[in-house]
Amino acid sequence: MSEALHDVQAPMGPQASALFDLWTIMLIVCALVFVLVMTALILALWRARRGGRGGSLATLPDMARHPRRDSAVRRAVGWATAVSTVMLVGLLFASFLTDRAIARLPLDDAVQIELVAHQFWWEARYDVHDPKLAFFTANELHVPVGRPVLVTLRADDVIHSFWVPSLHGKKDLIPGRVSTFAFRADKSGVYRGQCAEFCGYQHAHMTLFVFADDPADYERWSAAQRDPAVEPTNPVERRGRDLVVGTTCGLCHAIGGTNAQGRRAPDLTHIASRTTIGAGTVANSESSLADWVADPQRLKPGVNMPPHDYNAEDLAAIGAYLASLK
Amino acid sequence: MSAKHEGTRVGTRRELIPASVPAVRRGDALDVAELPSYAFAHRSLMWWGNAGMMTIEGVAFGFMIVIYFYLRSLSPSWPGVGAPPDLFWGTLNLVIIVVSALPNTLCGNAAVDRDTHKVRLWLTACCILQLALCVVRAFEFTVLNVRWDEGAYGSAVWVLLGFHTFNLVTDFADTLVLTAVMFKEPIEGKRYVDIAENSGYWDFIVITWLPIYAVLYWGARF
Amino acid sequence: MTTRDDALPATEVGRVDDGAAPRRSSRPKLRDGTDDPRVLKSLEATWTDDRKLIAWLCTNDHKTIGRRIIVTALGFFAAAGVMGGLMRHQLATPNSTLVGPDFYNQLFSMHGTTMMFLFAVPVMQGFALYLVPLMVGTRNTAFPRMSACAYWLYLFGGLLLFGAFATNTGADAGWFSYVPLSGPQYGIGKRPDFWNMLVTYSEATGLMLAVDIATTILKMRAPGMSLRRMPLFAWASLVTSIMIIFAMPMVMLGANLVQFDRMVGTHFFNPAEGGDPLLWQHIFWFFGHPEVYFIFVPALGFISAIIPTFARRPMFGYDAVVLSLIATGFLSFGLWVHHMFATNVPELGKSFFTAMSFMIAIPTALQIFCWIATLWTGRIVIRTPLLFVLGFFFILMIGGLTGIMLGSVPLDLQVHDTFFVVAHLHYVLIGGAVFPMFAAIYYWFPKITGRMLSERLGRWHFWLFFIGMNTTFFPMHILGLHGMTRRVYTYGPETGWSMLNMTATIGQVINDLSMFLFVLNIGWNFFRGERAGDNPWSAPTLEWSVSSPPPPYNFAALPVVSALYPLWAPKRPPTHVRGLSAQIREGLATTVLDAKPDVRYAYPSPTIWPFLAAVGVSIWLVWSIWSVPGFAWGLIAPTIAFIGWYWPSKREALEELEWEKEP
Repeated sequence: MSEALHDVQAPMGPQASALFDLWTIMLIVCALVFVLVMTALILALWRARRGGRGGSLATLPDMARHPRRDSAVRRAVGWATAVSTVMLVGLLFASFLTDRAIARLPLDDAVQIELVAHQFWWEARYDVHDPKLAFFTANELHVPVGRPVLVTLRADDVIHSFWVPSLHGKKDLIPGRVSTFAFRADKSGVYRGQCAEFCGYQHAHMTLFVFADDPADYERWSAAQRDPAVEPTNPVERRGRDLVVGTTCGLCHAIGGTNAQGRRAPDLTHIASRTTIGAGTVANSESSLADWVADPQRLKPGVNMPPHDYNAEDLAAIGAYLASLK
Repeated sequence: MSAKHEGTRVGTRRELIPASVPAVRRGDALDVAELPSYAFAHRSLMWWGNAGMMTIEGVAFGFMIVIYFYLRSLSPSWPGVGAPPDLFWGTLNLVIIVVSALPNTLCGNAAVDRDTHKVRLWLTACCILQLALCVVRAFEFTVLNVRWDEGAYGSAVWVLLGFHTFNLVTDFADTLVLTAVMFKEPIEGKRYVDIAENSGYWDFIVITWLPIYAVLYWGARF
Repeated sequence: MTTRDDALPATEVGRVDDGAAPRRSSRPKLRDGTDDPRVLKSLEATWTDDRKLIAWLCTNDHKTIGRRIIVTALGFFAAAGVMGGLMRHQLATPNSTLVGPDFYNQLFSMHGTTMMFLFAVPVMQGFALYLVPLMVGTRNTAFPRMSACAYWLYLFGGLLLFGAFATNTGADAGWFSYVPLSGPQYGIGKRPDFWNMLVTYSEATGLMLAVDIATTILKMRAPGMSLRRMPLFAWASLVTSIMIIFAMPMVMLGANLVQFDRMVGTHFFNPAEGGDPLLWQHIFWFFGHPEVYFIFVPALGFISAIIPTFARRPMFGYDAVVLSLIATGFLSFGLWVHHMFATNVPELGKSFFTAMSFMIAIPTALQIFCWIATLWTGRIVIRTPLLFVLGFFFILMIGGLTGIMLGSVPLDLQVHDTFFVVAHLHYVLIGGAVFPMFAAIYYWFPKITGRMLSERLGRWHFWLFFIGMNTTFFPMHILGLHGMTRRVYTYGPETGWSMLNMTATIGQVINDLSMFLFVLNIGWNFFRGERAGDNPWSAPTLEWSVSSPPPPYNFAALPVVSALYPLWAPKRPPTHVRGLSAQIREGLATTVLDAKPDVRYAYPSPTIWPFLAAVGVSIWLVWSIWSVPGFAWGLIAPTIAFIGWYWPSKREALEELEWEKEP
């Protein structure tokens, strides 16, 4: 998805904006310090060349000379150190103030998502507190523009990290610990993030997309996600469903309204509504779904899903069924 | 054969750190020929190496205790299942180890005096007491009332005790070797310094047992 | 020091003692520090190792061991550099298939582990081991056998890790091996076990060298070299050694705890049973942050040694620099949580660590200002060592300033675990350690080998490396800001990261070229270089007062020092020490503060036992990885070796007794 935004310098929410402001301040101050110190160094070298004061290894220094003439230099060094300290304290304040700013997002009417990180995919559970509203998805979040999102973070296996640069900083998901995280998208668009803590083989392919939708679009999306899986409309899709639900798929995957109720792999109820499979590894389409089912190890070696030995017809049927699950 | 120094100072205790013999200025040079070729306490390099070793081990013990309390802070109940360790063997260990400080100190003093006979005597006494400690320590492991793989509590307790045990056993081996070596003539002065330093290291083992004992046996009772 | 002037004969014939000990047939005692022509020959004979292979394994000369450590470390540097090159080639283009995910994960883990544990810290300690006795005016370090053993442990540990890598068992969980990824459930095969074992090896090495170097600095300085007359490199080595003693035990303990989790089922890091994955992070970073200062502080020492020589003036602000070194060492223990800002440790605690992380910049800034002041008021001579020092200023400043950015909790939440951090760490490590290390190599190569390196090749090396380094790592700051996380074996073209990655890879090719020139420079001039005199740079510290390379006994007579820059200040008598044996290996222990002569010290002789002890420890450690009882049975081998090491030989005892003088 080349239009997905993933840039610290393109903030799309209040926290990312606060962080970008801090970044700007720090960049300016640090660049200034760098230029000043390098100028002093270059001048020191320049003075030596120009004034004919270049030294020679052949002559021994006059040891008596230095303590007497160093008092002006001592003052300069003292001032430089003092000024550096003051600047550091200033930056420290900027840092503290930003820290408080990003923690103060009002959370009224927040969308509640529980995010569970696995090797190598993201499980998202919306509104788990209310069984009538709860639904599951994977690797793609939709959030309404302008409403805060409160995310509870858990990890199922190893440490992962949730990071969508255009919206906020990152937070680690640590097994055995539950943390929370809040953000808000202020402009509609697609924002990209990926797992930011090395988690094994396919850490590189653990992308997360956040779709910030207009509130009406979000309501439509979430209502559709709550519906059970679409019924197959033709024999091929029916065959596909029978294969998917009737064999081993249901041990790991869930498809709402069917007997497939596994929770160890991404929820497939509305798989066709997502833009990628394998957490951003390949674009989602009927053929890529079939390829994935046949041999996910070829597309994402090290993923936890085994290959399946279906004949071409069955594979096509599976692909058709999955592609129908909008 | 008796030690070569014995005859001259029966009954007098030398200072641990006598005044240095100054170097002698001779023309452009400082003459150090008359300086001693070994010395005790911080005048010996071995002391500093020992101090380094004790710092390393002490810091490691300290960290292990911190880890114990860190894991405890995360735990709703401590110990999880089961009971704190039985007190008998651990407290017996405490008593014996404190008692062992006595022959140890006497041994160290004898080394400073370069009194070979006394050094051999007290070293042998140390060996016996340290052997007893190893035996008692073995029993301690049997009454911890938890296995090392029963939760973080069990792991912390076994590793804390195991760590001190490792130091105990290696210092016992050290003492055994030194005892054997003290019967091997000729004995140069440096060997007495090694005995004195080993005595210092045993003091360290004794002292570090105190907080570890407290944490292991009483840490789960409060 | 007194001026009592007794008339003692220069040599003595035999020694009268109270007769109880058996003594050798008397031979004339030869002591150093006089004009007697036999003294030098005798010193030579006493201190020179044989040229046989077995002597090569037995040596405990600090110069030999120091050289070995440096060469071995540079070998590991090259190996890790090749790994880095492979990584860069893999990342140059999107969806590259040059290297698969598993091998890539091993590559970056091995690259980091090798660079940090097998190159950066050892090379600094190697330089310290070589230079410190020469700089403080003594003949060998305090515990030469321990340093000999430390070298073998270092070599064996590194070889074992690389052996594992060659059999697809290399470290693969990153150079800090987080649990649970490296734990019993998710660790792959024996890979984390080898990493844990390598940590044990390298910490043992580091600790042994640290105790040796610290004791040498505190107790074996030349008479008159009070602490305030000690060279700044010696101060840096002292601060580093003390930091090592306090920090390394933590990671050794931690690695062992992970091993226990893996081997016997303890639950230190298992959240299901009361353990905590974050505990490992605390343990590792409590060590890990000071570790980068083990690498940085000696480099600061190099800079403080090189700048005065090429500015032709004493260092400005000696006291300030010493206090800064100590402050840096101390403060470095208070920063570690800044590696954990993205976890859920309490927020108030995190802010404390931001404050500390900012504070540590102040002593570094002070040192930088003192160096610039020295250059400003000096009479500068530009040579390759100084060029690398100037490169240090540029690169380290950038690294330090991005470090301030990373030290801020909120900002870190954006750039943590991205290529921004990769850029930062390479700027501080390459700028703050590798450039000073090359400066040190160009500076001290003449002393170590007796030959000069080529100025021309040196300058080419410098400029290519400077340009290459910035080309490789500067774009990474931007990549991090654009969302590229660390430790990814590939990325898609839609991310837009291709161009900057390609730029970085081009930079890396330039780096390779610069290293090739360096190897050429060293290789050619080691054999054919212009001969260096004792003091080609006209430098002020004691190592430049002896021949290049130094004689095996370092000093024919130990110097007596009356100034901070002994070779620049006028000589005041007394100028040297006399009276140490020229027939056994003897040195002088002095008092800690004022370096007054205190005790004559007989160095232990060369022996095979330190080598055998390292072999024994290897047997123990490797056996432990494969079997739990191996942890106990394997101890037999090192036990035997350590007993053999200590066991006194009759010949040595008699020799010592001949020269013995009781306190």
